[in-house]
Amino acid sequence: MTRANRRRAEWLMTAPSVLWLSMFFVIPTAMVFVMAFRVPDPYGGLGKEWGLQTIEALWRGSYGPVLWRTVWMSVLATMACLAMALPVAYWIARLPKSAGRWVLAIIVVPFWTNFLIRIYAWKTVLHIEGPLKQALVTLGVVDPSTSLLFNSGAVIVVLIYNYLPFAILPLYAAAERFDFGLVEAARDLGAGRWRAMASVFLPGISQGLLTAFLVTFIPMLGSYAIPDIVGGTSAEMIGNKIAQRVFSDRNLPLASALAAVLALLMLLPAMGLLWSPRSASRRGGGRGA
Amino acid sequence: MRRSRLPLLAGIGVLLFLYLPMVALVAQSFNASRFGGRWMGFSLKWYARLFENRPIWDALWNSLFVALVGTGVSVVLGTLSGWAMHRYRGGLQRVHHSLVYAPLVVPDVLMGISLLLLFVNSGVPLGLGTISLAHITFCISYVAFVVLGRLQEFDDSVLDAARDLGAGWWTTFWRVVLPMLAPGIASGAVLAFTLSIDDFVITFFVAGPGSTTLPVHVYSMIRHGTPTLINALSGLLMAVTFGLVLLGQRFIRQSR
Repeated sequence: MTRANRRRAEWLMTAPSVLWLSMFFVIPTAMVFVMAFRVPDPYGGLGKEWGLQTIEALWRGSYGPVLWRTVWMSVLATMACLAMALPVAYWIARLPKSAGRWVLAIIVVPFWTNFLIRIYAWKTVLHIEGPLKQALVTLGVVDPSTSLLFNSGAVIVVLIYNYLPFAILPLYAAAERFDFGLVEAARDLGAGRWRAMASVFLPGISQGLLTAFLVTFIPMLGSYAIPDIVGGTSAEMIGNKIAQRVFSDRNLPLASALAAVLALLMLLPAMGLLWSPRSASRRGGGRGA
Repeated sequence: MRRSRLPLLAGIGVLLFLYLPMVALVAQSFNASRFGGRWMGFSLKWYARLFENRPIWDALWNSLFVALVGTGVSVVLGTLSGWAMHRYRGGLQRVHHSLVYAPLVVPDVLMGISLLLLFVNSGVPLGLGTISLAHITFCISYVAFVVLGRLQEFDDSVLDAARDLGAGWWTTFWRVVLPMLAPGIASGAVLAFTLSIDDFVITFFVAGPGSTTLPVHVYSMIRHGTPTLINALSGLLMAVTFGLVLLGQRFIRQSR
């Protein structure tokens, strides 16, 4: 095949997906930023004029507390996911291969059921007459009048529930490649169990930790259905605000401005990780790891 | 050295955490009580009600239609894309790779609102058409990466062999590459179909009034409907899912 032919073949194979994604992903994403400078029209569409009206509305709308809540709930739920996923990934990685694959399959299977039904299941569990509430009342932990639903605690639990497998899978993938002989060597050299974990195992699976963090934290920032179903007005996240601007008062420019804020918010952790000193040293000379 | 018990206990705890809500929900679906909650005896009546409920079945047909269109188109685009990423190196493929990767990390809300802005701005009426366009868009990346993953085991020397035997690139693709890629394409298609039929958030944004898929209908049932019907629907969907997963496992084991 000649060079020009090869080049043409490459373009023929690449063009369809590139054109499709430019049209339906790149342009729409850019529009999120551009449409924030449009003025809403009275019929719930996008006005033709440009202006800073929407940016002012964003400022006046006092979205600060919602933004802050979005961040702290996501951070807390991500940390809990990682803390729960770590020992599980360790456990599966040390099982015999075939048993490990079974356990992994059992962990993933519930996630083939519909996303909304998984959230709804928690509505049943946390329901005022649900099993958990009754158990807690019997144990005397909570008062019969407290509601386990419609607060930020409920949202965090369901966030953890929904994203836990996404934290387990990359951690398991990293732990499976890890040489457990290193932990034993550290123990032989006198390190305690926790010390060996913290200074040998965790650094050894750092790539998996990073992936697990990103694939749980970033989608959590954009949560909408979970706080909508199990959270009340006191547990709203930025995703809820975007949806309210679209469906309740039909202010598309303001919805788009809020979405732009969300996009910038999720770029921050990604940027921070890329330029952190640790990852810089890894790129520099971390070939031994 | 004595092994710590902690990982085992954590594993059991996590499995309970993952399964108990499901078990509670299925148990509720057999509860004769009208309001859920307290146990009032075993009953199948909610399942019977489910089968009489027309809107649920209409929504299911819409979902199947969108999933078939979405899977069909995204499998073609995604396979070409995965193959291109595997076969070629250089500037174009670097751009291509990040372009295909980006939709995987963008939250659904963002994708939903951005597509809504595109459709509203260009005057496209919202409905099953816009839902299908959205589903194709988010499925392409998954198919492309599943196909690309399968290609790592692919022996590129057969391509040289095909060429030496006089095959052009199209013949090579159609007669050599595609048959070898078939398992990868099939798992990509299953993934795309599952994601499409499961999607709620993106669909909700671009659906417009009147075109309801099953997840959108489930959402309105959760918000406004009676819990008993959703309980039964959940039980039914879970039975179908677990059945399909078991069937899939058996299929994979047989094809090995």
